[in-house]
Amino acid sequence: MNTDTHAAHADDHHQGDSHAHGSFSTYMLGFVLSVVLTATPFWLVMSGALPSKQITALVIMAFAVVQIVVHMIYFLHMSPKSENGWSMMALIFTIVMVAIALSGSLWVMNHLNSNMMPIHQMTGMK
Amino acid sequence: MSPDLLKLIFGRLTFESLPLHEPIVVGTFAVVATGGLIMFAGLTYFRLWGYLWSEWFTSVDHKRIGIMYMILGIVMLLRGFADALMMRLQQALAFGGSEGYLNSHHYDQVFTAHGVIMIFFVAMPLVTGLMNFVVPLQIGARDVSFPFLNNFSFWMTVGGAVLVMASLFIGEFARTGWLAYPPLSNIGYSPDVGVDYYIWGLQVAGIGTTLSGINLICTIVKLRCPGMTMMRMPVFTWTALCTNVLIVASFPVLTVVLALLSLDRYVGTNFFTNDFGGSPMMYVNLIWIWGHPEVYILVLPAFGIFSEVTSTFSGKRLFGYTSMVYATVVITILSYLVWLHHFFTMGSGASVNSFFGITTMIISIPTGAKMFNWLFTMYRGRIRFELPMMWTIAFMLTFVLGGMTGVLLAVPPADFVLHNSLFLIAHFHNVIIGGVVFGAFAGIGYWFPKAFGFKLDPFWGKLSFWFWVTGFYLAFMPLYVLGLMGVTRRLRVFDDPSLQIWFIIAGIGAFLVFLGILSMLMQFAVSFLRREQLKDVTGDPWDARTLEWATSSPPPAYNFAFTPVVHDNDAWWDMKRRGYQRPLTGFKPIHMPSSTGTGIILAGLATAMGFGLIWYIWWLAAASFAAMLVVGIGHTFNYHRDFDIPADDVIRAEDARTKLLAGAK
Repeated sequence: MNTDTHAAHADDHHQGDSHAHGSFSTYMLGFVLSVVLTATPFWLVMSGALPSKQITALVIMAFAVVQIVVHMIYFLHMSPKSENGWSMMALIFTIVMVAIALSGSLWVMNHLNSNMMPIHQMTGMK
Repeated sequence: MSPDLLKLIFGRLTFESLPLHEPIVVGTFAVVATGGLIMFAGLTYFRLWGYLWSEWFTSVDHKRIGIMYMILGIVMLLRGFADALMMRLQQALAFGGSEGYLNSHHYDQVFTAHGVIMIFFVAMPLVTGLMNFVVPLQIGARDVSFPFLNNFSFWMTVGGAVLVMASLFIGEFARTGWLAYPPLSNIGYSPDVGVDYYIWGLQVAGIGTTLSGINLICTIVKLRCPGMTMMRMPVFTWTALCTNVLIVASFPVLTVVLALLSLDRYVGTNFFTNDFGGSPMMYVNLIWIWGHPEVYILVLPAFGIFSEVTSTFSGKRLFGYTSMVYATVVITILSYLVWLHHFFTMGSGASVNSFFGITTMIISIPTGAKMFNWLFTMYRGRIRFELPMMWTIAFMLTFVLGGMTGVLLAVPPADFVLHNSLFLIAHFHNVIIGGVVFGAFAGIGYWFPKAFGFKLDPFWGKLSFWFWVTGFYLAFMPLYVLGLMGVTRRLRVFDDPSLQIWFIIAGIGAFLVFLGILSMLMQFAVSFLRREQLKDVTGDPWDARTLEWATSSPPPAYNFAFTPVVHDNDAWWDMKRRGYQRPLTGFKPIHMPSSTGTGIILAGLATAMGFGLIWYIWWLAAASFAAMLVVGIGHTFNYHRDFDIPADDVIRAEDARTKLLAGAK
């Protein structure tokens, strides 16, 4: 009875090998995008095209974030479907963790900084 | 020889580094060295080195690696507990002008080593060992996803333990407390090797822990047998998954924090110094971003063990499986949102403190839900009071108490009174011993017959149980009282003679726990001698419910001759109920990973590199690092990574089991 309870699965370790690897055109698109996203910030800094350094810095950070996304899509082949959704879940989890650690640390350290500075340095603070 | 040359060869290691002026350390060394020599001679005499090397040290079998983790944990428990006894004795003696018997230099090392060893080299190996042994069996897999990496992870953990143990006899250990807060741990205040031993011991072991975390996540996600959906996984596998997710997410933080501290100490950066823009508080903040998840890393698998044990010994399906899984996941996320409760008093404002106080209290809700699930599983169950079940009940009583004092400490104003007091010490020992240690013991008692093919002796087990439980309460309840009276942690001498009685009671408790540990060692010895009477031929001695009990005890190297197919939560229970017949024919060769010595060699080199860095023996560090690269790259050219167990061998093993089963009926 219940022969299915011990079905042979000698080759079951191959079942996950069907990732979508990119084609030449997607690799090329990713390459061009990342070159553009790298070269533009260099140009922004060297030419001083934007009015203030602060704006330049923010724009560069925005480019960096887009760069991360480009790498994930074109080089790491991540999509909502890859690895049955595990990649996406791991990504979301990572973002949540990093966000918690960064925002929490900034919040906590800001508190400690304003509450615990020795008095003689307080006068120099903004 | 010129001093310059000596310095080049030995760094700052000199004859004065050996603690020959400390009679206690010299005595310990004499005992350890004698014991080591006897063991070495015995292994040589019985020609066991070859067997150990080929069957255990180089093995990539997850079951053997799991067992080796457990042995490491138990050996290190003896060291960590010796430290505990020394502290209890010192604190019970040092009253009325007496200095006790430990000088402050030694005492500070003892409490630091106790904390570091108990967390990193006792609790972690015990938990990792159980996960390693049980998880692949529970999900019907042949091994973990990366068997070589598993062997390497284990030896890295051993490497870290070796470095920490070496500090006892060569140089000294940190005198900073188990988390080595700067500025005390910075080079200005701790110029000796203690903190460097701490850093490199943890870095070497930490790599092993992180890699084993990745390995087990991958195993659980990718290697489940057909039919085992996520919501059909045994609860222990679920908690193992969540624990390893926590490991992978939090251990890199520890690695980076310790790396920044090393930069401060070795090359004079100012991340955590008091001046030049450094901030010691950043270290405290970051290390607790790792440190709080760490306690859940330890306790979640224990929750999993209690879930398995409760449903098995109550003869019932676990009550509220789904809520158990969700509670575990919620705890996983929440454990990242509470770290500041370890430093409420260090200057955060009301908004920060109340946020982290409330998140801490919220964690008790899923934990409480689990407690009710276990109670309802037992309710109207046919409970068998075997040892694992006894540990589980002791856990439920003890952990609820520890949990409640935890919620009390989560109230920031209360924490301002109790911060760094013995009340805190009592609280976290209450949850770690009551949760993690009792859980590990329940797990050892429960899965021992699976690992070795015979049960543990119940008499010595019960003796150990009662010594441990009464000893625990006697040792830590007085610390609650002392903490409420305002006694702080890590004190060496006391002025107020009225406190002494509490420390004496705590010392008696620690001694009872010592008897408990001895009884446990006795239990292993007696069980081995009585292994024929205690033999388990069926592979299912407890009438259990999950897949690991479907195979023989001990399981064959390949775990399952045919990959099982799962139709229900309690897969093995369901198979038994439906009259499952073991397949007796049609065996095929089984593809398995080969043993390799690369893991132990790489970890040995990493340990040598750590030793070189600790003592500023730069040539040793550089040479070991280069050798690691060579061995690591060389291993990629090793094409003998796998082999097939011939069908004949499988048939022989399975026929032997058939005979045993027929004999059992």
